[in-house]
Amino acid sequence: MNVAAAHPGFLSPTGVEIVFVLVGVATLAAAVVSVTTKQLVHAALWLVVALGGVAVEYLLLTAEFIAWVQVLIYVGSVVVLVLFGLMLTKAPIGRSPDADSGNRIAALAVAVAAAGTLVWVVVDAFRSTWIDVDGAPQGSTKVTGEILFRHWVLPFEALSVLLLAALVGAIVLSRKQSRQQPGER
Amino acid sequence: MTLTTLAVLVPLLPFLGAVGGLLLGRTAPGFARPLAVLPTATAFVLAVVVAVRQGSGPATDAATRLTPTGSVPVDLALHLDGFAVLIAVLVGLVATCVQLYSTAYLRHDPRYASYSALVSLFTAAMFLVVYTGDLMVLLVGWEIMGICSYFLVGHYWETEVARAASLKAFLVTKLGDVPFLIGVFALAADAGTFRINGILTAATHGEIAHPTVVGLLLLAGVAGKSAQFPLHTWLPDAMAGPTPVSALIHAATMVAAGIYLVARLLPVFEASTVTLAVLGVLAAVTMIGSALAALAQDDIKRVLAYSTIGQLGYMAAALAVGDRSAAVFHLVSHGAFKALLFLAAGVVIHAAGTNSLAAMSRMGDLGKRVPDAMWTMGIALAALAAIPPFSGFFSKESVLRAAEHAASGHAEGVPSAVGWLVLVAALLTAVLTAGYATRLFLLAFRGRGATAPEAHGREPAAMTVVLWVLAVPTLAFGAVALVPSLLDLPAWLDGNALAPTLVTSILGVGLAVVGILATYGAWQAAATRRGAPLGAVVTAEAAEEEPALTEAAALQTHEQVYGDVAAAQDPADPGRLLLGPLFEPASHGFRLDALYAKLFVRPVLAASGLVRFLDREVVETYVRGAGGLPRLLGALVRRTQTGNVQTYISVLLAGSVILAVLVAVGA
Amino acid sequence: MHLAYPAVLAALLFSVGLYGVLARRNAILVLMSVELMLNAVNLNLVAFDVWLRDTLHAGQALTLFVIVVAAAEIGIGLAIVLLVYRNRGSSDVDRLTDLAEHGPHDPHDPQGEGDGPSAPEEKAEAAA
Repeated sequence: MNVAAAHPGFLSPTGVEIVFVLVGVATLAAAVVSVTTKQLVHAALWLVVALGGVAVEYLLLTAEFIAWVQVLIYVGSVVVLVLFGLMLTKAPIGRSPDADSGNRIAALAVAVAAAGTLVWVVVDAFRSTWIDVDGAPQGSTKVTGEILFRHWVLPFEALSVLLLAALVGAIVLSRKQSRQQPGER
Repeated sequence: MTLTTLAVLVPLLPFLGAVGGLLLGRTAPGFARPLAVLPTATAFVLAVVVAVRQGSGPATDAATRLTPTGSVPVDLALHLDGFAVLIAVLVGLVATCVQLYSTAYLRHDPRYASYSALVSLFTAAMFLVVYTGDLMVLLVGWEIMGICSYFLVGHYWETEVARAASLKAFLVTKLGDVPFLIGVFALAADAGTFRINGILTAATHGEIAHPTVVGLLLLAGVAGKSAQFPLHTWLPDAMAGPTPVSALIHAATMVAAGIYLVARLLPVFEASTVTLAVLGVLAAVTMIGSALAALAQDDIKRVLAYSTIGQLGYMAAALAVGDRSAAVFHLVSHGAFKALLFLAAGVVIHAAGTNSLAAMSRMGDLGKRVPDAMWTMGIALAALAAIPPFSGFFSKESVLRAAEHAASGHAEGVPSAVGWLVLVAALLTAVLTAGYATRLFLLAFRGRGATAPEAHGREPAAMTVVLWVLAVPTLAFGAVALVPSLLDLPAWLDGNALAPTLVTSILGVGLAVVGILATYGAWQAAATRRGAPLGAVVTAEAAEEEPALTEAAALQTHEQVYGDVAAAQDPADPGRLLLGPLFEPASHGFRLDALYAKLFVRPVLAASGLVRFLDREVVETYVRGAGGLPRLLGALVRRTQTGNVQTYISVLLAGSVILAVLVAVGA
Repeated sequence: MHLAYPAVLAALLFSVGLYGVLARRNAILVLMSVELMLNAVNLNLVAFDVWLRDTLHAGQALTLFVIVVAAAEIGIGLAIVLLVYRNRGSSDVDRLTDLAEHGPHDPHDPQGEGDGPSAPEEKAEAAA
């Protein structure tokens, strides 16, 4: 372990790295299925897997608070919202042949090109950079709480206002129109 | 107050009156009349005071320089001598009379305030021209007069005639002003100053490099302003303006500005014999041609307009023989009696309800209805025909005397041929002048036939009083001016003898009597041909309200009734008998307008048509072609606007990726 | 741990999300794909924060903020999609082409909701 830390290399991965890669592959696979499956509800469920995988990666990067927030917000509420949305828009249950638009080929080309470019650039830039994950956890709840309420209070409060505005906006938008003014629509 | 202060006040007062009139005219119409009359009248009084103080003493000069203006300095200079103060008094008298007359003539005109302000501004400009000692300042007044004339001729801009006439007056005078401006610059460049005194000194010392060119350039401007052949055609048409405007601008003052300028700069013109000869020829042609045309006009104001051109020709003739005293003498006396003629014509037009002599000659009682106008007009016409003892006789005799002097070879630097030409033309014109003056009087006041339409009411006192005021100088100025104990005009001017000589007096008066008798005979002979009433008479009730409306309506209807602005098909016209085959061309001003239209207007129109064709068909084709490619590209690009958001983002991201790759590779 | 692992994973996740945004027809699935892209960004933020040992923990704070904004965004986005669905009877992105130059559908539907077609566009651009 010490030797590996002193001279780390791709061919001698640590345990954390192995776990990271395995979870990463699972996450990626879930994401790919999520964007390609023809069953809309399944896509939402696969998204849960992918987001959960990301949460595990956060844990592995010692950012535990973020990981739990990820689970709470994304897996807990966002996906539930999405499922609600699917149901409210009467999304078909089961395989729907027209889940993908005619733009698929172009989308694939752009996505592959973007992936290639990004991976190339990232690998080229960080080929020999290592994260020290053995020290004090970078994102423990205590640390995050202190830093959030000491240095980031103002943006935090601003975001609370933003959330309130979003709440009001969502209510206004999704409210059914009253019967008194049917001519408006 | 010093003489200089007084002299400065003379142009300043009407100017301030004009500014006040323009500012207050709309908000406080009650001030329009006082603001029009009082400054002008005060300026007239001051001009008289200046004249008395200046007297026949040596010229007074004063100058101030506001700011350096480069190599040739421009001064606000004042130059007072006998010529200037005398003409200033005339301008003040006529302007005051005209302002008074206008208060009655245009009493209900909604545009009276701006009208009177423009007249005041014009008066100020004329004073400036007369008093100034600097060519540049003179030019300023010169151009202000031009623009005022344009506005005032177009006073009834609702009518086509007035619009066309104002444009024509402006363009034709500008046509002369452009060479004039170049001439002024050339003169100043040679003399090194714009001061008239400096220029005259340079001219007498022969320092003007090209006197002929400069003189001819200046003559173009003078011909335009003073309506000399071949730029005289604007003046008869300018009669479309209100009568007081015609009296002030187109008879007494503005048209005299050109003559005055030549008188001031006479040494420059005398430096070149060619210039004098050209001036003499122009004057001779102008005199005879305009007198013939005046004999054939039907519109009473156009008769007077042509007679103005002819009298200006007399002044130009006096200048051509190098006698500026005679020219200015005639200018002053002519200004008085011609203003009187025009103002009286306004009264007559109002009373008759028409401006057509043919129609007037069929009204039995016109003379009885406007006795003031008849008597004053008779006096003024006698002055015009040079019958002693009226002022016109003396001033015209001084011109004839100067011409005779030159013809006999006594005038220095003037070829005797010019003298002979001018003398013969002047004598011939004297016959014709007496002829058309008689014709005018007979047709207007000795008509026979039905009574004129129901009277438009008595003429306002302001209009008739003014006539008598002007009749005084018409009667007495000539005689008084020449008696040494009374006014001693020669001493005010150059000192040349101005009194008539026996030979020219007998010649002139004899010829005038011949003209009068011939016309009277023709009139009697034609009396039998006087048939049914002819012509239209304005009987609109609005005419009761305002004399000016009668005139505007008469002007408007003349062409409809007679088929021509100037002429009428009247077999009883004595002019027709006298002129014979010449009558038709003469009534149309010898068709000079048609000739100009053929020579200048049509080529210009053709050129503009060509330019328009090039612009519309050729240039625009290129423009359209240039627009074609972008339009094609636009149609192509528009097809990509499918409205599908995903397509847009795909393209956007593909572009981003390509850019990123390029940056990465480039780095 | 090698920094390339989280970075590459984030890049790949981002590209998968990108594909989803561009290829999916249902607007809700497009929103889901946007979430994927946001997560990829978050992963990057956390990884670099840990690598740099940032004393201010800017990366993690920003991640939290992004999560919050994403929650707000999905709420509003779903409300808009619902509204579009209610007006149009469909939430397919490629059928909301009112802004086309010569749209295949009636370009000026008097019943149309102006914000409907443009809102997903704005969302997608913000995500991109």
